[in-house]
Amino acid sequence: MSGGATWDPLLGRLGLDALPFWSMIEHPTRPEIVNGSIATAAASVVVLGALAVVVLVTRKGWWRALWSDWLTSVDHKKIGIMYVVLAFVMLARGVVEAVLMRAQQAFGLGGGFLSPEHFGQLFSTHGTIMIFFVAMPFLSGLINFVMPLQIGARDVSFPVLNSISLGLTAAGAGLVMVSLVVGRFSTGGWSGYPPFTELAYSPGVGPDYWIWSVTLSSLGSTLTGVNFAVTIYKQRAPGMHLFRMPLFCWTALCTSILMIFAMPPLTVATLLLALDRYAGFHFFTTTLGGDMMNYANLFWLFGHPEVYILILPAFGVFSEVFSTFSGKRLYGYSSLVAATMVIAVLSFTVWLHHFFTMGQDADINAAFGIATMTIGIPTGVKVYDWLLTLFRGRVRLTTPMIYALGFTVLFVVGGLSGILLANPTIDFQVHNTLFLVAHFHNMLVPGLLFGMLAGYSFWFPKAFGFRLDERWGRISALAWIVGFMLAFFPLYALGLLGMPRRMVAFFQPAYLPWTIAAGLGGLVILFALFSLVVQLRVSVGAREANRVPVGDPWDGRSLEWATAAPPPEYNFPVLPEVGSRDPFMTAKEAGAAYQEPEAYEDIEMPANSALGALLCLCGGAAGFGLVWYLFWLVVPALAVALGALIARSFLRRTTRTIAAGEVRRTHRHWLAEVSRTAAVTRAGECDVRNRGRAVPAALEAAE
Amino acid sequence: MSGGRQELTPEAARERVQELRACVWGLGLALLLTLVPFALVALGGLPRQPTLWTIGLLALVQIVVHFRFFLHIDLSRQKREDLQLILFSLLILLIMVGGTLWIIFDLYVRMMPAMLP
Amino acid sequence: MSLQRRHPGLNLGAAHQEADDASEVLVFGFWVFMMSDLIVFGLLFATYATMLGATAGGPGPRDLFDLRSAFVETMLLLASSFTFGMASLALKYRRDRGRLLFWLGLTLALGAGFLGFEVHDFLAMIAKGGAPSRSGYLSAFFALVPLHGLHVTAASLWLVVLTVQSLVFGLDTRVKTGLLRLGILWHFLDLIWIGIFSFVYLAGLA
Ligand code: HEM
Ligand SMILES: [Cu+2]
Repeated sequence: MSGGATWDPLLGRLGLDALPFWSMIEHPTRPEIVNGSIATAAASVVVLGALAVVVLVTRKGWWRALWSDWLTSVDHKKIGIMYVVLAFVMLARGVVEAVLMRAQQAFGLGGGFLSPEHFGQLFSTHGTIMIFFVAMPFLSGLINFVMPLQIGARDVSFPVLNSISLGLTAAGAGLVMVSLVVGRFSTGGWSGYPPFTELAYSPGVGPDYWIWSVTLSSLGSTLTGVNFAVTIYKQRAPGMHLFRMPLFCWTALCTSILMIFAMPPLTVATLLLALDRYAGFHFFTTTLGGDMMNYANLFWLFGHPEVYILILPAFGVFSEVFSTFSGKRLYGYSSLVAATMVIAVLSFTVWLHHFFTMGQDADINAAFGIATMTIGIPTGVKVYDWLLTLFRGRVRLTTPMIYALGFTVLFVVGGLSGILLANPTIDFQVHNTLFLVAHFHNMLVPGLLFGMLAGYSFWFPKAFGFRLDERWGRISALAWIVGFMLAFFPLYALGLLGMPRRMVAFFQPAYLPWTIAAGLGGLVILFALFSLVVQLRVSVGAREANRVPVGDPWDGRSLEWATAAPPPEYNFPVLPEVGSRDPFMTAKEAGAAYQEPEAYEDIEMPANSALGALLCLCGGAAGFGLVWYLFWLVVPALAVALGALIARSFLRRTTRTIAAGEVRRTHRHWLAEVSRTAAVTRAGECDVRNRGRAVPAALEAAE
Repeated sequence: MSGGRQELTPEAARERVQELRACVWGLGLALLLTLVPFALVALGGLPRQPTLWTIGLLALVQIVVHFRFFLHIDLSRQKREDLQLILFSLLILLIMVGGTLWIIFDLYVRMMPAMLP
Repeated sequence: MSLQRRHPGLNLGAAHQEADDASEVLVFGFWVFMMSDLIVFGLLFATYATMLGATAGGPGPRDLFDLRSAFVETMLLLASSFTFGMASLALKYRRDRGRLLFWLGLTLALGAGFLGFEVHDFLAMIAKGGAPSRSGYLSAFFALVPLHGLHVTAASLWLVVLTVQSLVFGLDTRVKTGLLRLGILWHFLDLIWIGIFSFVYLAGLA
């Protein structure tokens, strides 16, 4: 090991200075105290939060249930929910960090209150967390929960692998959280560019935290991609042709394909950087033939497809939301599918637009610029399809719909700024300024985050059996929209005025009004986050009044709505036969929904497995050990992981049978509930009359 | 699940011979395609440039041979999922590798000629 | 399904109906995973190519490579692909564990021989001043070629595990589908090796 500083075989690089308040004690100057206090407060929140969870679970005696119903469960629905919980926890941290940065820049004329080092950590953790530990888990969670239900399957193809993927992602997230308490995170941004992140310039543990948390997450995502793609190819119910799948499944398929092919470049980039840092290799160093430009190339070979991994599932959610809450078939289904596929393939051909200014030939820039602009075409097609789905529909302005409408308008603005940036000559002017930050947040906040939040309120009743509070939902959605505009539109102006990104402070008074406005936007966003919490609290309190046991609160169209809410572990007592697109709507309109199957059969389901939880621990321990040079921890952690995988392959009984009688009993119980429940028209959609049985829109007139 | 040998149906026996033949053919062709480029380099008969081209070409052929005879991927009309998957992967690989070489060597030419081989 | 094959690729055939059904999803999934791995290797090849000129005054291919040893390694790996093919045939048509284990053992021995030669090569290179920290070029070499070796090691370990399982459980469905996937991995690694001996060793010495 050619680690820069000395290290101890037992403690590695760990020392007292790894504590967030240590340097404030050693050098009690004013800036040290301000930054040290903020860091210490953040660390305390992590520690106390973890402690509070442990105490709560112990007090309530939930350990056993937590272990056997959740952590070792391989049920795709539970894994999906755990992913979303992870995403929300990390979202809270990401947003708080973002608001802190906005606050710093609002006071940033000539200084501000944060040190450059601290600010550097903030944008690095914020970016890393938002992409890898909010967006990816959120969309993996939604797909996990919804997709098997929509294609009429009992589970994903590889349920244990699914839980391993979750474990690896959670281990990466855990590593980022630990970095708040022990040591410091990278200051190299979410993209971790060398040579800055090389040992010569960043000798501390920061980049190592970044490398291992991102590597764990990218391994998890690769496996998730494989799992989803195979599930969609091989697990569809009889009659569910590819072209009968709901659009969300199509976007899930394309996202999975992107994960399969786009995560490897990231893994290569981070591991080569790790070889540089740990073993003295020279891939991206400034000496002995290193070439940091190849890092930029590798990173964006991943990075650009990644943004489509993020946004395609949101497109899928919006497609479902638009058609459900307009009470219409999705307009232009085939063109939406085609556009999704074209976007997926094109997204592999444009990565260079992230480094137009690196110095290559103008011809190359032109080629990639043109390729970039062409992506606007299929995306535009989608927007028109959504608008035409609304056209003459019976539009209900529910929470998901508010997100969807906000998205449509804002996304077009963001897309237009993207077309501007696709032009290399313009990019040269605004490269590395806040214009870019405004652009990508304009895609990611309305595109990704609104999509995920819309999906959350849309499918929450399916997952938990009761609706979320509508009033707080609408407040939150509006606050997100307003807050987003206030926080990010000023950044376009700042970018054009020349303010660079990742700047802790500035000396140009003309920036100040804009940074203050953006800071206020940050506060509105903080309120939006807060109202999500309130919404959840209120909804849990009022859950009895808002129950939708029949399972179809929104007059849904696809198969997931044909099950109880929450659905039984095996999803469908008998696998459905699909004869059309929107099969559940077809059945409802024909009066053929909620029928009893002719016969029940025993159902074989995968048995619980502790492998995912174990690999989560091993991955986290190995990552932590690598960060701190605790090699005595790394070796056993990896050995246990390997041993567990081998031991698992010796297991012969990996399934568990649910008897036909039990399936029959559960199903009949639910069918009785269905017939007891009065169907509601859409007028009663958002009040207590809605028990999850819908009068289909087409029959409403007759009602 | 018996361990011992069993009689094969005539159909299966025919198929077995076919696959055995494929295996042997694969071995023979692969040997040939390996020996020729090694011999070229060892004996140094051709100038450098044509040697490199030959090596590259024979490698591509050998990859196809391995797919055909060892992995049994061919153009038959059965379900083509595996083949489609492989072709799509090769397309992506081509974009990534080709793009990388194009970009990086262009950068070398313009800014870091010392990095050119 | 009778003798109609489902996958154009490796398969077990009709005589193993149950395992063949189970393999449908597993094998497809494994193919997909291998394609993801293919991207890793492809990018390391590309990186290697961009680093050809980055010897930084240190030793280059001509100073370090040994054609004879590369040839032996190639032959060992090629032979192992053939013996694995024979093992697959034994599994598919004979259901004869003895014969299967014979071919698997031979494959393992060839793989181990390959690894032995490779490690010897690496040590010799380092002894000649060709350690990975010497230059960008050597870094690229030592990321690409040993990663293939690491894959061969993992595949050999898997082979051992499956052999033990076939002794414990007989040729049950899990063992059969395992061997099917291992076959894909093994042949895939041979494909990567074609790239390595052609573009790294032969092109480097030409
Ligand atoms: C919720 C409201 C959000 C706010 C207020 C916000 C704010 C910020 C700020 C202030 C920065 C630093 C800009 C600079 O370089 O000066 C930033 C960077 C960034 N944000 Fe956000 N953000 C938000 C949401 C998101 C979301 C949802 C994502 C992704 C899913 C995201 C991804 C990123 C990334 C990748 C960076 C770049 C980090 C870097 O420079 O390395 N942000 N954001
Ligand atoms: Cu991009």
